[in-house]
Amino acid sequence: MRNDTRNLLLVGALTLCMAGVVACGGGNSSSNANLPTSVGRGEGQLNVIAWEGYTQPEWVRPFEQATGCQVHPKYAGSSDEMVTLMRQGGGSQYDLVSASGDASLRLIKGGDVQPVNVALIPGWKNFIPQLKSPPHNTVDGKHYGVSLQWGPNTLLYNTRSVTPAPTSWSAIYSPQYKGKVTVPDNPIQIADAALYLSATRPELGIRDPYELTESQLNAAVALLKSQRPLIKKYWSLASDEIDLFKNGDAVVGASWPYQTITLQDSGAPVKDMIPKEGATGWADTWMLSAHAQHPNCAYKWMAWVSTPRVQAQQAISFGETPANTLACPYMDRIEAGACAKYHANAPASYFDSIRFWRTPTKDCGNGSQDCTDYTTWQQKWTEMKG
Amino acid sequence: MTAATRADIAAGGSGFRSARRRVSAALFRRGWLRATLLLSPPGAWFVLIYLAALAILFVSAFWTVDAFTGNVVHSWTLENFKTIVTSPTYRTIAARTIGIAAAVTVTDALLAIPFAYFAARLAPRRLQTILFVIVLVPLWTSYLVRVYSWRLILAQNGILNWTLDKIGLGSVNIAYSNWAMWIVFSYLWLPFMILPVWVAFERVPGSLLEASADLGARGATTFRRVLLPLVLPGVVAGSIFTFSLTLGDFITPTLVGGAGSDFIGNVVYSNVGIANNVPFAAAFATIPLLVMGVYLLLARRMGAFEAL
Amino acid sequence: MEGTTRLSRVVLAVWCALIVLFLLFPIALIVLYAFNSSNVQSWPLPGLSTKWFSSTFSNAEMRSALWLSVRAALIATTIAIVLGSMAAFAVHRFRFFGRETVSFLLVLPLALPGIITGMALNSFFSWGGVALSLTTIVIGHATFCIVTVYNNALARLRRTQTSLVEASMDLGADGWQTFRHVTLPMVATALVAGGLLAFALSFDEVIVTTFTAGAQNTLPLWIFGNIRLGQQLPQVNVVVLMVIVVTIVPVTLAQRLTRDTGVLRPTAGAR
Repeated sequence: MRNDTRNLLLVGALTLCMAGVVACGGGNSSSNANLPTSVGRGEGQLNVIAWEGYTQPEWVRPFEQATGCQVHPKYAGSSDEMVTLMRQGGGSQYDLVSASGDASLRLIKGGDVQPVNVALIPGWKNFIPQLKSPPHNTVDGKHYGVSLQWGPNTLLYNTRSVTPAPTSWSAIYSPQYKGKVTVPDNPIQIADAALYLSATRPELGIRDPYELTESQLNAAVALLKSQRPLIKKYWSLASDEIDLFKNGDAVVGASWPYQTITLQDSGAPVKDMIPKEGATGWADTWMLSAHAQHPNCAYKWMAWVSTPRVQAQQAISFGETPANTLACPYMDRIEAGACAKYHANAPASYFDSIRFWRTPTKDCGNGSQDCTDYTTWQQKWTEMKG
Repeated sequence: MTAATRADIAAGGSGFRSARRRVSAALFRRGWLRATLLLSPPGAWFVLIYLAALAILFVSAFWTVDAFTGNVVHSWTLENFKTIVTSPTYRTIAARTIGIAAAVTVTDALLAIPFAYFAARLAPRRLQTILFVIVLVPLWTSYLVRVYSWRLILAQNGILNWTLDKIGLGSVNIAYSNWAMWIVFSYLWLPFMILPVWVAFERVPGSLLEASADLGARGATTFRRVLLPLVLPGVVAGSIFTFSLTLGDFITPTLVGGAGSDFIGNVVYSNVGIANNVPFAAAFATIPLLVMGVYLLLARRMGAFEAL
Repeated sequence: MEGTTRLSRVVLAVWCALIVLFLLFPIALIVLYAFNSSNVQSWPLPGLSTKWFSSTFSNAEMRSALWLSVRAALIATTIAIVLGSMAAFAVHRFRFFGRETVSFLLVLPLALPGIITGMALNSFFSWGGVALSLTTIVIGHATFCIVTVYNNALARLRRTQTSLVEASMDLGADGWQTFRHVTLPMVATALVAGGLLAFALSFDEVIVTTFTAGAQNTLPLWIFGNIRLGQQLPQVNVVVLMVIVVTIVPVTLAQRLTRDTGVLRPTAGAR
């Protein structure tokens, strides 16, 4: 009798345990089971949110011809915009977003993106190790997207008006070029100010420009406030900065390589460089929407832009560094010396020197929770600009 | 015999036509039914779609957003309004927006009145047609591209400075500034001001002007004391557009504004983007709503609605 | 003209010419830069070239954006004509509670800043679970287009004689026949004029559309995307140039039609 009761209890407990496992852990396994194992036929259309310059006809046209997926890009100039667009209309409007590191975690946390099966992306295995499963797009071993390219935020200057060539970010913080400076209209610029302060005012103790305590944040904002009278315009569209430099309204500013290349192509006397204090940068990921309407086309696109040839084309077109290590020879074929110019074969130390965009959170990384989060950064940025 | 009776009498004949006549007669007798039928579709559209949307939006101004998850917290609070009223930043932005909107309105009125007077009363017929088309063509030209052209004109190495340089007047530095916005806004909304004022000038009977002249008033006096009061409703009607279009715009400040040129619209737009903080955006949007509400009530008093 | 001196007439004419210059100069620039040989807009013009015309016409994104804009504007204008004229008839013929507020209400979408309308509709659609698409774009546009037709129709109705309607009924016509043969011809040109203005408003609208369009691009949204990119700017100029050329005809038509609603009255010529 007692054995029966005990057996019954055991069976009951086991059942309960299994039910518990299925209910709690089952969520994980079922979403892994939901990962596609092959890419089906294209749906004929692909809606993407992309940085300006990420969907140039050079590599979009061959893709459309090969797969029949017509690409409809919507451009966004900041991670904030990308997050909003992704969430718009219930999240089913767009299939892919080329999110930078400061948007990717927000999208993952918000449930706006779904895991992808990197086995379906042939180029992935040739990525540099740091970008195969970076913390900004891989959570709990699940890949929420495929790394794309990476690059620095540069100091852009007019070679005729800014002589000698600048070597430090002080060029945009000192009154020397008052009224002719431009920086992005983006709260994440606070990190750039913090980076500058970490070199010029080490007593503040800033180690990570994205983990700022209240006092460190206030110091960065004070620096930006002192910079404000020097600013001609806070650019929010890439073409803003292109026009500013082309038409003589700005001579120095923070920029992306895309603007430099476009300006140089049109004959403007500009150059860019990474100052001695270092630079912030971005590492982009193509992320798949949780409610993507055209998942097959999305997978085809992710595979396409991970191939060495397209990686090379995009790297040279925008001025960034490809994630695929095999892209180097293709780059040199398109433009001699491009591989070295865009650091495609640079040692890992170069990658580590760039402070990639990350969403600031309260977590200071050392156990304490008194760092400032992104909402605070946004408020401070709006107040600073006035 | 009344028309209704005649209609009844005539209502013999083929099935459809007689049914139609009976319906028509029934409707004729019940005016309120016709009114209701006519008003229901537009009424339903407005109440169920537009007003409902506005109501929901402004109710959400009293909610907040959880900073961590980004979800809207449905608890009533005046937090957003407090932030707007107490923070100097938002007060500055609101003041800047309203100030520039007022400046643009006054500018456009001053530019439009002489033009409309000439076009309505002095220009020969053919010229009137040409002037009308000229005023309308900008409305058909993309707003974005027109603003973008002004960047070219006002830039440091742009057309304005090039011209000033050629005539020896040096250069100005108004690109990407509030001055640039004032100029561009005045340019953009000028047709909206010209049209109602033109119509208003058109409607003034010539006999009034003759009478004024007969009573001994010279041109300027007639203009000031007879014409101007009569066209004022038209000016106010035009000002509704210039004021409200400037008040809510965020694209022109983005394209031609400078470092300190954020408008209410920019803050609202970026807040809709910041973690979907629609409650704060809605709260800040009550400012233009209130301003325009008051403006519209005043405008109606002045008879602007008949001049629209 | 009584009361105006020669000097004041000259001054006014000069003023008028300056305003015309002011209005047309940026548009002339747009047309000029459609022939820009460089893809970046700068002064002086780097050189002339017609290479952008062919690339613009073969740009599939542009064509689909243009077609979407045309469709949205057509549907929105139709809705506006139907609803606007119904409201105008109701307000003109009947006295009912809230008659004055109808004009006030209808002008709200135009009078309130576009960003409020856009945000409100966006929240409304996401709250109601409606996906953003051509439908939501049309709803947004129609809402502020109704008032243009309403105003034109009401203005025309105020000028017509209601005795004509009664006479028609006295002669034996039922309501529908009266409407078709008497009322409609009287207001037709006003409806068309209002419709043309509504079409223009819808075609060029960008702020409300930003909030009510999903992944689709209307022409203004496509233009904005290209302005962002900054690399194929002259294509935008080409498109705008084509639009100007194509719309000169309807605009002149609208002018002829509104000639007697008040903008250009027959008596204006007789001085």
